[in-house]
Amino acid sequence: MSTFMPAPGAAPTGRLIAAQTTYEIRTLLRNGEQLLLTMIIPVVLLVLFGATDLLDLGPGQRVDFLAPGVLALAVMSTAFTGQAIGTGFERRYGVLKRLGATPLSRSGLITAKTLTVIAVELLQAALITAVALSLGWHPHGDPLTALLLVLVGTAAFSGFGLLMAGTLRAEATLAAANLVYVLLLVLGGVLFPLDEFPSGVRTALELLPISALAEGLRQVLQHGAGLPARELLILTAWAVTGLLLASRFFRWE
Amino acid sequence: MTAVHLAALVKRYGATTALNGLSLTARRSEVTAILGPNGAGKTTAVEICAGFRRADGGTVRVLDLDPVADARALKPRVGVMPQSGGVPVSARAGEFLRLIASFYAHPVSPAALLERLGLADHARTSYRRLSGGQQQRLSLAAAIVGRPELVFLDEPTAGLDPQARHATWELIEELREAGVAVVLTTHHMDEAERLADRVFIVDHGRVVAHGSPGELTGAERQLRFRARAGLGLDELLAALPAGSAAKESPAGHYLIEGEVRPELLATVTTWCASHGVLAEDLRIERRTLEDVFLELTGRELRG
Repeated sequence: MSTFMPAPGAAPTGRLIAAQTTYEIRTLLRNGEQLLLTMIIPVVLLVLFGATDLLDLGPGQRVDFLAPGVLALAVMSTAFTGQAIGTGFERRYGVLKRLGATPLSRSGLITAKTLTVIAVELLQAALITAVALSLGWHPHGDPLTALLLVLVGTAAFSGFGLLMAGTLRAEATLAAANLVYVLLLVLGGVLFPLDEFPSGVRTALELLPISALAEGLRQVLQHGAGLPARELLILTAWAVTGLLLASRFFRWE
Repeated sequence: MTAVHLAALVKRYGATTALNGLSLTARRSEVTAILGPNGAGKTTAVEICAGFRRADGGTVRVLDLDPVADARALKPRVGVMPQSGGVPVSARAGEFLRLIASFYAHPVSPAALLERLGLADHARTSYRRLSGGQQQRLSLAAAIVGRPELVFLDEPTAGLDPQARHATWELIEELREAGVAVVLTTHHMDEAERLADRVFIVDHGRVVAHGSPGELTGAERQLRFRARAGLGLDELLAALPAGSAAKESPAGHYLIEGEVRPELLATVTTWCASHGVLAEDLRIERRTLEDVFLELTGRELRG
């Protein structure tokens, strides 16, 4: 009997998604640029500004202000920047098209990508938490509330990351995703408190998803607040808009 | 048994008509070659069969199903090798093939397949560091690892060195023996002549001729020789049997068409002798697919 005697059949859906997720996590953790973006930059910022007084971060322990902002930055770097660039190039190189010819469905692929983002975020959170604790961080509040904010924030960033990857050329996605990352890092209340901006500008900046996530996490983890309704609402609006636009305009090739 | 049935397929991209009434049939346990110059519509036809694109008109049946509406049922049964790429540049060869294999219920062993395609030493090499030929072979491996009933191979030997080309041909022949329906596109007539049970010659988005390579080239032979330029062909033609044709193209290259029998050969050489002409490179040959294509379209196959 020949090796190639036809014996077609798809693996069970769970196995398909598990295989794709494992593959994506492995390749991501091997990718130097991705690690720089998702692990090294957040940790360096945390250590640099947490251990020195280069920035005036207002009253209280510097790390208590910084850690929630850096967690928000980590979520954005993985769900938005990393995912947009990675998926953009997969589209450009015909990888999405080729996977589309296999039994892995489009929804299976998106599920695998989402699981990958969550897995990487767990690693980031563990790393950032460990470093922050070593700098004297005293987190407060309900961890589940923080988790809810992170999940909605992830949905918001993923929606826009995929929208960019699925509509722009790969090079344009690369440039734009990095630009957005830097702009939101500076303007989004990650490292610098938004109170330093004039009040009109500040009100606008507070509507950014990164500001909402950073501020929401800060209210919970720094001040021990309950559910920050305003921030959650802003993030939900971004998530719904981003995911709707992505599902409407994403082109697979 | 029919694996692919395309009838009167039409596909337009804006003002360009890529497919203009293309019809073809491919069967199981056969290699079907779609032969044509670049831009003839070969890739578009394959992409419609693979469900990547929808046709603007005509009928598409793949394993008796619709490639778009029945995509879920078809994907495990059909392997597709795109013309280029389709593999993440940072993926290692072995890792990528194992990933694709894990999507199927009864895959071929990825390690054995890499070995078979001469990629075993490169299992840990990333796609971007493979040579063009190695990338092509990995892409082929990914199309067949799931043990499909039908495979579409879009220019499977483009960029391969002769050795790798023969290895690929042998693999394609083995797929046919195993009962797989193989549909491949090519612009190499030797590839179609060597591999294909049926050839569809495509130009400007439609089939201009089809049949087995033997049927297409026919039993007809022709006679060629080289001599000094400007021989008086009318005189030679008068000596040849009725229905023969003689032409000089390019200068000094002579072609005699007609029923090539021993008598015709004798007539030509006798005529040459009596005119003091030494016919060099005198040979009798079969028409090639290239000749057929030129006749049908007036164009070189390698467009």
